Amino acid sequence: MYEFVSGPLVWIAFIIFIGGSLYRIYYMLSNSKKETVVFPHMSLEHSLASLVHWVIPFNNQYMRKRPIFTIVSFAFHICLVFTPIFLLAHVILLDESWNISWWSLPEGVADWMTIIVIAGCIFFLYRRLTDPVVKNVTDGSDYLLLAITALPFITGFIAYHQLFAYKTILIVHILAGEIMLIAIPFTRLSHMLFFVFTRAYFGSEQGHVKHSKDW
Amino acid sequence: MKPTIVKREPVVDDALDHCATKLTPEQIEKVVNEVIDKETGGRLWTYVNTCIHCGLCAEACQWYLSNDRDVSYAPVTKVKDTIWVMLEKKGKVDAAFIKRCSEIAHTECNVCRRCGMYCPFGIDIAYMMMVVRRICAKLEMVPLYLQDTVHSHAATMNQMWVKPDEWIDTLQWQEEEGQGYVPSARLPLEKEGAEVMYSVIGPEPKFLAQLLGNITAIMKVANIDWTMPATAGWDNSNMAMYSGDFEVMARVERLHYETAQRLKVKKIVMGECGHAFRGAEYDGPTWMGWMRPPIPLIHAISFYYDLIISGRIKIAKKAEGPITVQDPCNVIRNAGLGKKLRYIMNAVCENFVDVTPNDRHNYCCNAGGGVINVGPPWKKKRVQGNRIKAEQFKRTGAHTIVTPCHNCHSGIEDIVNTYKLGMHVKFFSEILIEAMEIPEDLQP
Ligand code: SF4
Ligand code: SF4
Repeated sequence: MYEFVSGPLVWIAFIIFIGGSLYRIYYMLSNSKKETVVFPHMSLEHSLASLVHWVIPFNNQYMRKRPIFTIVSFAFHICLVFTPIFLLAHVILLDESWNISWWSLPEGVADWMTIIVIAGCIFFLYRRLTDPVVKNVTDGSDYLLLAITALPFITGFIAYHQLFAYKTILIVHILAGEIMLIAIPFTRLSHMLFFVFTRAYFGSEQGHVKHSKDW
Repeated sequence: MKPTIVKREPVVDDALDHCATKLTPEQIEKVVNEVIDKETGGRLWTYVNTCIHCGLCAEACQWYLSNDRDVSYAPVTKVKDTIWVMLEKKGKVDAAFIKRCSEIAHTECNVCRRCGMYCPFGIDIAYMMMVVRRICAKLEMVPLYLQDTVHSHAATMNQMWVKPDEWIDTLQWQEEEGQGYVPSARLPLEKEGAEVMYSVIGPEPKFLAQLLGNITAIMKVANIDWTMPATAGWDNSNMAMYSGDFEVMARVERLHYETAQRLKVKKIVMGECGHAFRGAEYDGPTWMGWMRPPIPLIHAISFYYDLIISGRIKIAKKAEGPITVQDPCNVIRNAGLGKKLRYIMNAVCENFVDVTPNDRHNYCCNAGGGVINVGPPWKKKRVQGNRIKAEQFKRTGAHTIVTPCHNCHSGIEDIVNTYKLGMHVKFFSEILIEAMEIPEDLQP
């Protein structure tokens, strides 16, 4: 079992993740070509301006108005993306199988980053259950996405601390990571892929075409 | 997903009520899918697949904020209750659903684009509401009064059933009014090769003719070579854009520009209106595939800014007391004229008091986006839906609100009256005409 999930399944997951992401982006772009406005409105300068204002915390009026959400959401997303990539255990695995490696996070820091991701998931879950607007637009898929996101980190945390059933938890952890990778292109986790494009378009339309700003 | 709880006082709208009884499921399915398949593309698909249901856009919407944070008015809810269902059910929805769609898109959203600016992804909910309007229009589910203005556009090429002789009569009458300020002022009709064609919206000759007298005097003082058409094509407003009848929208915009071309003018200067600017600058040209207007289009704010900053118009006596302003979404957030508006306000007002939030972050007047044009049946909801606007103005302590947009003007007047703010609502030109210096050789 361990051999399978940590061997062929990893390959399959990455192939689906990368292939699927490319396909979804291709699908979006080719569909956008059908519209009169999308490509003629694009401008590199205004796309970048929009991105700069929305990927740097507190760099737009709205984020300044919602400090707690901004801090949680930035901390969550940064940890979510960087922890798995720079986790020592992952880097070692990669080194062992392919002989490539890169810088890794000190283990204590990675541990805290994992906790931040889990805490972020709890925060978002709490919002889903309590904020009336969010609650009204939440359905099963939203909880599922939260679970898909949280599971690799929860199991990773348990496995790292060897809290119980190490071997089983490790297998679940790897599986959870693979599920997440596969889910990214085909669920609304794809906001990770589309963020750059939707921002670039809105920024371009606001800046290039309408001579205004979107922050 | 559970249905949204919607609490509204029932509104009788003869067109919606009547047309809904005639809709068939097949017709609805066909139209919904046709519009989604043929008229939308990457944007709608990406928006729906990116929206993470976070609800951050809610804080942007004046409807939501003014109705004590009633969830059913939140921008994302408006998408949930319309497009999401249509996509999920592949168009298999009933007449009652389409009626609710029209209510949401035509009477509860001003397509003001504030929420797009508050969504972390820049998801343009206003665009999606325009798609809903388009579907409703193709199903003939448009509120009665709004549809009437569209009929007027289609039949007369102006919004208000103004007849050709009435138009010319009004201009001649207002030329005389303008001569009350500046005796040598003229309102030149059909002057080929003039520098500027001046165009206005349909309601101007109908209800606010004095604005035409004002511009006659202003043009003389600024010494502008200008003209107005004596034919159809003088109206730059476009309610068909807002009903979703883009075919009529395109006819209106095309005639407006063709009229300017026939007169061989260098540019079009338009009166103080926001939606008209949007239609002529953006929605019309993009729908027709021109992308940009064939002749430069200058909004009144830019025009007055140029006149004042270049010294063609000098200010003799600034308006007294605290005066504030309404930023029209379609020329400020969606056209970037906020700084120019503030420049001209400061130029003519002794004590200009700004609003908060202001400039592109300002709240919509709630009349824009065709929402005032859905008429009296929906007025109560519209005015209640902008309480925060009343509060915003109250905080300024101003005696007058300047609204460089016709929709804002009417919408803000309703708000001032309903919330008993006791403020005057004026167009910029009404302040300017009193403040500007009339050179000695032009004086009566
Ligand atoms: S009224 Fe404006 S802020 Fe509210 S949903 Fe419509 S476009 Fe968004
Ligand atoms: S803010 Fe954007 S992503 Fe969030 S619910 Fe609104 S439209 Fe969707």
